[in-house]
Amino acid sequence: MARIDLIDLGHAYRPNPATPGDYALQPMTKTWDDGGAYALLGPSGCGKTTLLNIISGLVKPSHGRVLFDGKDVTTLPTEARNIAQVFQFPVIYDTMTVYDNLAFPLRNRGWKEREARVRVEQVAAMLELSGDLKHRASGLSVDAKQKISLGRGLVRPDVAAVLFDEPLTVIDPHLKWLLRRKLKEIHHELKLSLIYVTHDQVEALTFADQVVVMTQGEVVQTGSAQALFEEPAHTFVGYFIGNPGMNLLPCTVRDGAAWIGGHALALSGAAKAALAGAAGNVTLGVRPEFVECVADAGTGADTVPATVLLVRNMGTHFLAEFRLGEQRVAAKLRTIDAAAGSTVHLRFPQQRTLYYVNDHRVA
Amino acid sequence: MKTYNNRAWFLILPVLLCVAFSAILPLMTVVNYSVQDILSPTQSVFVGTEWFKTVMRDADLHGALGRQLVFSLAVLIVQIPLGILIALCMPAGGWRASLALVLIALPLLIPWNVVGTIWQIFGRGDIGLMGYTLNSLGMNYNYNGNSFDAWMTVLVMDIWHWTPLVALLCYAGLRAIPDAYYQAARIDGASRFAVFRFIQLPKMRNVLMIAVLLRFMDSFMIYTEPFVLTGGGPGNATTFLSQYLTQKAVGQFDLGPAAAFSLIYFLIILLFCFVLYTWMQRVGTGDAT
Amino acid sequence: MMDKRISTTLLVAFLLLSLLPIYWMLNMSLKTNEEIVGTLSLWPHQLTFANYRTIFTDPSWYSGYINSMIYVAMNMVFSVTVALPAAYAFSRYNFLGDKHLFFWLLTNRMTPPAVFLLPFFQLYSTVGLMDTHLAVALAHMVFNVPLAVWILEGFMSGIPKEIDETAYIDGYSFPRFFVKIFLPMIKSGIGVTAFFCFMFSWVELLLARTLTSVNAKPIAATMTRTVSAAGMDWGVLAAAGVLTIVPGALVIWFVRHYIAKGFAMGRV
Repeated sequence: MARIDLIDLGHAYRPNPATPGDYALQPMTKTWDDGGAYALLGPSGCGKTTLLNIISGLVKPSHGRVLFDGKDVTTLPTEARNIAQVFQFPVIYDTMTVYDNLAFPLRNRGWKEREARVRVEQVAAMLELSGDLKHRASGLSVDAKQKISLGRGLVRPDVAAVLFDEPLTVIDPHLKWLLRRKLKEIHHELKLSLIYVTHDQVEALTFADQVVVMTQGEVVQTGSAQALFEEPAHTFVGYFIGNPGMNLLPCTVRDGAAWIGGHALALSGAAKAALAGAAGNVTLGVRPEFVECVADAGTGADTVPATVLLVRNMGTHFLAEFRLGEQRVAAKLRTIDAAAGSTVHLRFPQQRTLYYVNDHRVA
Repeated sequence: MKTYNNRAWFLILPVLLCVAFSAILPLMTVVNYSVQDILSPTQSVFVGTEWFKTVMRDADLHGALGRQLVFSLAVLIVQIPLGILIALCMPAGGWRASLALVLIALPLLIPWNVVGTIWQIFGRGDIGLMGYTLNSLGMNYNYNGNSFDAWMTVLVMDIWHWTPLVALLCYAGLRAIPDAYYQAARIDGASRFAVFRFIQLPKMRNVLMIAVLLRFMDSFMIYTEPFVLTGGGPGNATTFLSQYLTQKAVGQFDLGPAAAFSLIYFLIILLFCFVLYTWMQRVGTGDAT
Repeated sequence: MMDKRISTTLLVAFLLLSLLPIYWMLNMSLKTNEEIVGTLSLWPHQLTFANYRTIFTDPSWYSGYINSMIYVAMNMVFSVTVALPAAYAFSRYNFLGDKHLFFWLLTNRMTPPAVFLLPFFQLYSTVGLMDTHLAVALAHMVFNVPLAVWILEGFMSGIPKEIDETAYIDGYSFPRFFVKIFLPMIKSGIGVTAFFCFMFSWVELLLARTLTSVNAKPIAATMTRTVSAAGMDWGVLAAAGVLTIVPGALVIWFVRHYIAKGFAMGRV
């Protein structure tokens, strides 16, 4: 229900930021569409919670503007912004019943009891809390309490976006899945914008349409799960997404080929052009899922010799680790005959092999 | 939800040893004395519950008990809300909070006999600031001669001395509330009073319980401050229970009745505290933990 | 939180009233006894440091000060250390007799210390701990430990049990969880407990005086020496009062960061 625009938005805790390191959130410009489900993904301290709090109004940015549907809300306080926020642990009013908890935001805004009742019962039904309405909120289980926290956000019809700050942290693993599914259902039904902060990539990738990956205060890539997986724009994205993460191999570019540990890999025309005259560290990235292990070198253009270090049978696939020069390469393979210590050839398919200069993707 | 685990007793053991050891022995001694008539250091006669009966029938005891109850009630009624109010007014952090903490705590640190002494002078009409001010405002203030004045002085002295305890406890309790609750309240559009009523007060439940129980039992046992200030007078207007006990024991060198009275004293406090505790638990039931 | 201006005004008003008697005590400490009982003066007309000099030149004063600080510090450490696991047990577990035990603990504070006097005297004489700092530190645990357990339990119960469980899932061992995650969350509880243990032990004169004679004699000696040849020694008493505030003020200054600036529950 709200289009969120961030215009040159940045935040520094100290008054006069000089270097990028002073910023908790690097200045950025971004647009998030109406009704989308977004995940802010990144490790602890990357600035995702800061960004969330700026959008919700709990933190005022030192720099830049925030727009909701084109309206500048940067200086508007939280209660005027039509957003709801769910925190890491359930925040409920424990002296009140579940009903009173859900009705609280409406009563504060002057709603009549009759209309409030209708709305509360609607939201309770959606969250499967109808049976608990008369109970004291404090006596419920943790996941029910989180649902109440969420419910208080959903109960206001003018809510434009719901922001989640790692809400499943304290939930039991087997209940996490149920709650995640419930969130998706709600998203479908109410068509609200949902912004979900997490450090768990599985949560992010299953929950969101678009994942925003952040590190050290910077948004490094926004995209669908598939895009992030197949075309990471930043080495951090390659490393963070996927299990195990992308193989990142420093290499040098010489004579139209990429050299790792004394072995050459042919570069495609586009890659050659992009890397020509590249100043800085060049890294080759290839996901373990795409690395192939072949018996013979073939043309040698896209294969390199490597030594097998270890092979683990994971049930559905084999996880193998190889030594290539000074580097380690991981690969997920359907079958493998070679034993530890033997020499094999690894094939990096050209269309799956990506090149990064100073951590940013060029080819 | 608490889990049932008897091995928790190991965590309790150190506390148990320290306290039980030094508490049970004296208690047994007192019980021992209370049922005997000690004629001389080597001669004593078992008299059973006789001392208890004597003590309970003493009219002076009833007077002192009545005064004590009124005093403790007044203490609770004033100090608890006042302490909460001050805790709410104190800044949350920074140098201001540090300064406030130190200043608030000062009355607590003065030895109790010095407290009584200061207020003795402070309240005098001729040489004390408070006494002089009150008299120049037209009130005929004399804590030595007037029972009401004596009462009020002891009460105000106690409020001055002990409200900081309540304030500090409540302040610590307030600081333990995570920010997210206040943030959620803002999002919900809650008024300041609603924040106090639905977030702050419930979350101060635990510290308030401690504050109430502590103030009750300490005020019920109060001795030094009023003794130094008024000596229990005028007459016995400000003779509370502790002083009454001391008078009996020291004045008459009679360990038997004194011991019996100690036990009764202890049981009265125990009873009231138990009632307060159970009542506050019931009123505050909520948190599943 | 209240309107900043109202709360600041109320607080300042209270503090001013509260500090009046303290100022009065300071005032008295710098006057002669004649001036104290002779006239009403808002500041010393005949400024004198004699009272302070009396205290500082009294050999038992200086050592008394140190002695008090020693046994009070010992008591603080013992009480809080012993109380922490017990409070955790009461907060997190149900076990046989737990509610009764919890209440019983507090009952140890419900007896006037005078009752403990004789039995303690006999006890500590028997074990040969008379006139040691340890004796007073241990004796004071009778009323401080229950208080510490009660206060700490209150704060611990305010932390949801889910935090414990999440930490275990994240791979923390119990000691690491307790020290790195749990204790910081109850900072304000620990701060206030430490201060109260200090305070109640510091002002307790009866037991401290009874259990000591020479080596560990606390400042109680000067405290209770109130009558000299010329009558009540108001000035010296006031000066002693002023001096005894100092360590306490220092203690609360040191624990101020524990008590103030609440811990907002962050990432687990």
